[in-house]
Amino acid sequence: MRSYLTPEYMVHRDEERCIRCKVCVNQCTYETHYYDAEDDKIYSKDVNCTNCQRCVVFCPTNAITITKNPNAYKENDNWTQEAIIAVKKQAETGGVILTGMGCDKPNFTFWDRLVLNASQVTNPSIDPLREPMETRTYLGSKPDHLELENSEGDSVLLTELAPQLCLETPIMFSAISYGATSLNVHESLARAATEFGTYFNTGEGGLDPRLYKYGNHTIVQVASGRFGVHPKYLDVGAAIEIKIGQGAKPGIGGHLPGEKVTEDISRTRMIPVGTDALSPAPQHDIYSIEDLRQLIYALKEATNYSKPVSVKIAAVHNSAAIASGMVRAGADIIALDGVRGSTGAAPRVIRDNVGIPIEMAIASVDQRLRDEGIRNKASIVAAGGIRSSADIVKAIALGADAVYIATSALVAMGCTVCQKCYTGKCPWGITTTDPWIAKRINPNIASRRLVNLLNAWSLEIKEMMGGMGINAVESLRGNRLHLRAVGLTDTECRILGVKMAGD
Amino acid sequence: MDNIARMNCRYNDDKDFAGCSIFGMMNLQGKRFSSKDPVRAISNMHERGNGLGGGFAVYGIYPEHLDDYALHIMYLDREAKKKTDKLLKESFEVVQDEELPTKEANVRDPPQVWRYFVQPNAKKLSTKTADDYLLEQVMRINTETGKAFVFSSGKNMGVFKGVGFPEDVAEFFCLEEYEGYMWVCHGRFPTNTPGWWGGAHPFNILDWTVVHNGELSSYGINRRYLEMFGYKCTMQTDTEVLAYAFDLLMRRQKLPINIVAQIVAAPLWEEIDSLEPEKARVLKALRQTYGSLLMNGPFSVVVAHHGEMIGLTDRIKLRPLSAGTRGDFLYLSSEESAIRLVSPTLDRSWNPRGGEPVVGRLKATKVLEVLAK
Repeated sequence: MRSYLTPEYMVHRDEERCIRCKVCVNQCTYETHYYDAEDDKIYSKDVNCTNCQRCVVFCPTNAITITKNPNAYKENDNWTQEAIIAVKKQAETGGVILTGMGCDKPNFTFWDRLVLNASQVTNPSIDPLREPMETRTYLGSKPDHLELENSEGDSVLLTELAPQLCLETPIMFSAISYGATSLNVHESLARAATEFGTYFNTGEGGLDPRLYKYGNHTIVQVASGRFGVHPKYLDVGAAIEIKIGQGAKPGIGGHLPGEKVTEDISRTRMIPVGTDALSPAPQHDIYSIEDLRQLIYALKEATNYSKPVSVKIAAVHNSAAIASGMVRAGADIIALDGVRGSTGAAPRVIRDNVGIPIEMAIASVDQRLRDEGIRNKASIVAAGGIRSSADIVKAIALGADAVYIATSALVAMGCTVCQKCYTGKCPWGITTTDPWIAKRINPNIASRRLVNLLNAWSLEIKEMMGGMGINAVESLRGNRLHLRAVGLTDTECRILGVKMAGD
Repeated sequence: MDNIARMNCRYNDDKDFAGCSIFGMMNLQGKRFSSKDPVRAISNMHERGNGLGGGFAVYGIYPEHLDDYALHIMYLDREAKKKTDKLLKESFEVVQDEELPTKEANVRDPPQVWRYFVQPNAKKLSTKTADDYLLEQVMRINTETGKAFVFSSGKNMGVFKGVGFPEDVAEFFCLEEYEGYMWVCHGRFPTNTPGWWGGAHPFNILDWTVVHNGELSSYGINRRYLEMFGYKCTMQTDTEVLAYAFDLLMRRQKLPINIVAQIVAAPLWEEIDSLEPEKARVLKALRQTYGSLLMNGPFSVVVAHHGEMIGLTDRIKLRPLSAGTRGDFLYLSSEESAIRLVSPTLDRSWNPRGGEPVVGRLKATKVLEVLAK
């Protein structure tokens, strides 16, 4: 069947600048560029190009430009280019359209409709360059009150607190599984988290034993496929996360194609080399809330109640009620992943249509837990759509204790959000397990870039807190009076628990 | 102004924005003294207020009614008084009921102010403590009657407050006729609550009073945390959340003041990390558990209840507080000048560090300070 699809992007090469060094040919994993010895020229197959910008960045003479194909169907606000292309593609393949990364549609982002406060006159702003500014955050269940005993002038603590995670900054690296990415990526995340005093999440593919030494800064995930889950794995992590759902694909499990299951990954995931690792849509031992309680306590028993257990759900319509049940079932941390949450591979129709924005989920879950007097019983971690330190400050002011970032971390390492992670050929070496490509991530460099990002965002968070006259992050958490809305409806304001700017 | 809950913040601002002067004076032996010194001291800090609020809490003023709750109530119209009288009759045994003595003074639009000495109605008390019952009824009067506001509800103590400079408010309420062993005073500089008598300090519930100078940047979360424990923050002032925080921690959870100080003005992590492990464990648990009650942003406060007067500032001392002792007297003040005015010589005079409480206890031989270390 002849394809009716045209190339999405066009590659332009300035012949005056091109020195035939073939960097582009070697760097492109989609075989877009090829050298013709007879012509002594490099040509490009536009149709292969994903606009990942790898060749553009690495071309030593800046000879390459990539543009969107100017050829377009007749303009139509209803039948968009994307809609027409999708139908044609499915007519040619009969399959589900896959994509990578988070939802790219407009109108799902509320961060940009929220503005922050600053002190003027009646109280002073605080300068973080000159005065202490605290971002340390503890995640885990907190008691309603503390029992203390006075003994010879010293207070002795009688209440034993549940295990806690200590974050020096309220930012963690979200679940990115081994298999979807390579060991180099995991190592970069683990090292950066350890260096900065925060945590990285293994995702659902287990943890390579070579990274066990970073266990104190690792959250080990247990998902529906149970890949790589064994007692040692549970023991080595600082916390355990049960993955119920993911913002990019609520209601379906992770799919890892067999081509990505190499020797190392097969050992860690405990599956044969080359087999597809298909996580079931639900956890088949959790069909109800009381089943979740059993798994939470099975994991707590298995680890002797020594570490917090997090439960991660995709933010959906009834998140508030579900979260309340999760807290009562014994979850120490509630991880909420919003509709803009990212993925290595998901059906595009699911990614772009299922779930609710994280802003609404944080606000409604935080409020519900407060209404029920159990907000202190669990921490809230927000994920899915955090692009900047301002988003983090807003998430915390809405009620989150901390955030998970994944896309931002990958972008820091090189990702350009071209949305082709599912091909397994990421030219930046991130979402691939092909050793030849994966070595493009150098953990020394990538972990430095991640630490720099954490450092930069933490500084910005401190600046914003100081401006509000706040010098400890716990005074920002759930403090929605420091937020105002611009251009939102009364209902949106009510759900977010914020007033309009000027009100 | 129909809704009394909104009167304190008639424009529905997030909270009350005010600067202030505070003064506290206590005789540690419980000997009662007149209003002369406290009024002179607070009026010495005239420039810290703008005539839109002044008030006093006096402890030990009703020795003839030791066991009765003394309710001071302000009425904005007759209807409110009728409704309140009915409610009081249902819920309490009213021992005595009279108009508070007042006289002409330079104050703005005074409401009708009434005083009741009451005992809880034993039949309605059931399993509740008398204090909790009273608290409930006070909340009812303040929210149900529309234009009545209980501004004092302790035993053997009374709050007097209104719109005017403190010295004028003292004159209006004829404070020269009262004696107490502890006086807590306030002069106010509000930015957004002109003309509402209930908005002046001290803020009171049962025998607890708070006078406060500051603006809490953490108000939003302090309030939401307290709401989880059943407090209704109707007045939209940060003083209210301070008062409720002290009520929750000290009265309900029975935590001692040195611990409470380390909750509302928590030490920095850096300090905590440098302490010996057992001490660090306590402070860490306090911050982990009560982080939402950290009072962040500028405040200095005098908190008092029978037998105890506490001075405290925020942890980086963004508002002033000075302390002094002379004989059996403990003084706390926004400015040392006010203390020196009434007691030119002092046995001791010092400026407490941020987050370190000064505590005067009845019959205690020495004033507690630097409890944290």
